[in-house]
Amino acid sequence: MSTTTRHRAEPAGKVAPPAAHAKAGRHSQPWLAWLFLAPTILGMGMFTLLPIVASVVLAFFRWDIISAPTFVGFDNFAEVVQDPTVRVSFVNTLVFVVVAVALQMGLALGLAIMVQEKLPAWLRTFFRSAFFFPLILSAASVSIFMRYLFNEQFGVVNWLLSLVGIPAVPWLTTSGGSAAVVILVYVWQNFGFSFLLFVGGLASIPVETYEAASLDGATGWRKHLHVTLPLLSPTTLLASVMAIISALQVFDQPYVLTRGGPGDSTRTAVMVIFESAFQRLEFGQASAIGVILTLIIMAITAAQFRLSKRFVFYQ
Amino acid sequence: MTTTSERTQAPAHAVARRKTSWNTVLRVVLLLIAAALTLGPVLWTLSTSLRSPSESFKLPPSFFPWNPDFTSYAQVFQQLDMVILVLNSALVTGLIAVGQMVSAAMAGYAFANLKFRGRGALFSIVLATMMVPVQVTIVPVFMLIRGMGLSDTLLALILPAIPTAFGTFLMRQYFLGLPADLAEAAAIDGASPWRTFRSVYAPLAVPGMAIVGILAFNFHWNEFFRPLIMTISEKNFTLPLGLVSLQGNMGTGSISVVLAGVVLSMIPALVVFIFGQRALQAGLTAGTGK
Repeated sequence: MSTTTRHRAEPAGKVAPPAAHAKAGRHSQPWLAWLFLAPTILGMGMFTLLPIVASVVLAFFRWDIISAPTFVGFDNFAEVVQDPTVRVSFVNTLVFVVVAVALQMGLALGLAIMVQEKLPAWLRTFFRSAFFFPLILSAASVSIFMRYLFNEQFGVVNWLLSLVGIPAVPWLTTSGGSAAVVILVYVWQNFGFSFLLFVGGLASIPVETYEAASLDGATGWRKHLHVTLPLLSPTTLLASVMAIISALQVFDQPYVLTRGGPGDSTRTAVMVIFESAFQRLEFGQASAIGVILTLIIMAITAAQFRLSKRFVFYQ
Repeated sequence: MTTTSERTQAPAHAVARRKTSWNTVLRVVLLLIAAALTLGPVLWTLSTSLRSPSESFKLPPSFFPWNPDFTSYAQVFQQLDMVILVLNSALVTGLIAVGQMVSAAMAGYAFANLKFRGRGALFSIVLATMMVPVQVTIVPVFMLIRGMGLSDTLLALILPAIPTAFGTFLMRQYFLGLPADLAEAAAIDGASPWRTFRSVYAPLAVPGMAIVGILAFNFHWNEFFRPLIMTISEKNFTLPLGLVSLQGNMGTGSISVVLAGVVLSMIPALVVFIFGQRALQAGLTAGTGK
């Protein structure tokens, strides 16, 4: 009896190996599968796939939601590319991504190496939770208290600087200062994620590799340069792809800290999408900017994986 | 010479051991500075919220609440509809978390344990949606919500957030990690496919679902971009939105009141994180243990 049940779904006489058989699932009742998939697939169809298509279509229309949409071809793209605010916001975003991601990766890698070397267990646990902690906070709340900390007159940052004789820095009222604050606040909150990835990557490097390196006379930073970095390159690639993609979408921090100002100095790509859609009601233009941003994200991801084939060292 | 006990230590131990202890001291000092810079702003937020509103901006700053003063906590309830904000945030976050747990468990089970045509292709599509940022689809989603007559409602925040590609991926992995002979045993006992899921697999998947729920709670409790777009009237605001508008209204008037609100908004995320870490570890080890 059990034999007939077992092979009901298989062609007669053909027995699949047990592991593969189990993996593929033994029930071929598609109705149950579709029932189980319905909420996720319908939801994604409605709220992700359809909007992706709609976003691309909308980019070729002019629509203020009140009057009927009119087809305008590539006009939205042409206007967007020439719009000085859009241009400066994309440049800001790219500069932000380069500086913030470089800082984030450097900080995360350095701290991960320091934490993973000889250290009392409780201290290691403390540092790990401390560096992870900002990730559980909301970027909006963080930006709220950081705005006070970076206040020119009564902010703690300038007070600390005054202790070592540095005059008050006009953080939030100058272009350079604002850009620096947005980067610092963003990195403060997000380096912990890359840190965790690096800690995981370091833990997977075999002890023997270091023993061999030390027999060859490698010590200190040379050991990390010649052993840790090459062996860690898959983790570095993963961590940097994730960091770049999320940095390209930065919104909460500049919105709460500076509202994109002063002038357009901290306006980012996503802020411009938000403003053109929900403040100026130019939904077509907003979609065009969104399409451009998505293409940039896809291009950077693809480029990074191509580069990785040349530079990443897989064990 | 190298002993086995050294081998079980952290990777670089064997090499680091020969270096002078100055190296270790320098390393710990650097780590402590980094930890102070990470935790300092949060400590300052907590202790400043416990200063009286009139003293809150005075320097030197306070990093430890020696003489706690709760005036700001009373005031934040007067200046903001804190009860409504907390209820809205809790409702939105809770329903998204539950919705994600259930829908991801079902879809993950289908992808892991059930056979149907196009399974591989469909799973690839689900994974691909992870790469599309929410900011790019927000305009059509906003229009869709408007077309459904859900503008400026909490459902506008909840419904689009329930389908989860990452949660589905996680649950599929989780179900693949469970022993497959369970299904065979259940079938031998004559259990229907539905009963196999309901009585055998679903109970075992609770730790995995907890991970999905915790991730969802933490993300959506803190979410700012979608609520900013989807809600208009203050009665539908969530906590982050209410706090940002409070800071906007008050300028630099009384920091401590705004910070009291910030501290209150952190509590649930903190609680979930403390208990969630246990569930995360339990879930991860349960998935790989067998």
